[in-house]
Amino acid sequence: MAASFVSNPDPCLDSSRKKRRKVEDDRNPASTTQARWRSDKEQRIYSTKLVEALRKVRQGSSSSPVAVSGGKIVKEAADRVLAVAAKGTTRWSRAILRSRLRLSKRLQKCRKARVTGDSRCKRADVRRERRRTPAVQKKVKVLSQLVPGCRKAPLPNLLEETTDYIAALEMQVRAMTVLTELLSGAPAANRLNFTS
Amino acid sequence: MSGRTTRASQPTEDEIKELILKLQALLPQLNHRPNTKASASTILEETCSYIKRLHKEVGDLSQRLSQLLHDSAEFVEVDEELITRLLSNIN
Repeated sequence: MAASFVSNPDPCLDSSRKKRRKVEDDRNPASTTQARWRSDKEQRIYSTKLVEALRKVRQGSSSSPVAVSGGKIVKEAADRVLAVAAKGTTRWSRAILRSRLRLSKRLQKCRKARVTGDSRCKRADVRRERRRTPAVQKKVKVLSQLVPGCRKAPLPNLLEETTDYIAALEMQVRAMTVLTELLSGAPAANRLNFTS
Repeated sequence: MSGRTTRASQPTEDEIKELILKLQALLPQLNHRPNTKASASTILEETCSYIKRLHKEVGDLSQRLSQLLHDSAEFVEVDEELITRLLSNIN
């Protein structure tokens, strides 16, 4: 079919674009995102990709022992694979991938530029803020710092991102736990099995 | 952008409440009595601590994985096939 990036008033394209947009705009994402991150298939795909990534890490660092900082490297690999699994549909995943590409410096410049432009919007924000107690507002801020890429996200987006992020993190923990058990379960047995 | 009806410049309180309720459904601590409606403040707080907990678990698992990979030097590479097989059996 025609390219989906062309902005075309054609109704057929519009519906297919709407279908694609629906992944981002869906105000009822909880069921779909939860289902996505809870499926065995997704976890299996993630585990396999994580093993691949870790293998590359292992190969890359065979010269120097990495036990000390290895945890950080493993975590970064795990987060990156998780972000890739999200397929660019969420802010947090895009933020993780962006920071991996070391665009953070460029983003800081962009952020500074945006701040000056925000002064006009501040009044609207204050109006909105007064509707929520300062205690809630403080917690929203903490939450926005915990979920990658959501520091300046509007509240509904932040909440959506949070639900998806939590489900993804849970899958990450499950997958890594399984991997750890496999690797530590019976290293001797692994060796035996391999002799073929 | 024609798909979006609410541009979310003025998010309604109801929308936000709904999202917060969905968040509550995800949190294990608050789900023991699902009919109890926790306050938004509590839910947000539980969410923050839950995410922190998950981050820490990932960190600990990463540390452990890194040690396992370091210790089991030779056969980690070749065991990928075995691991994949075991993973597909378990899941």
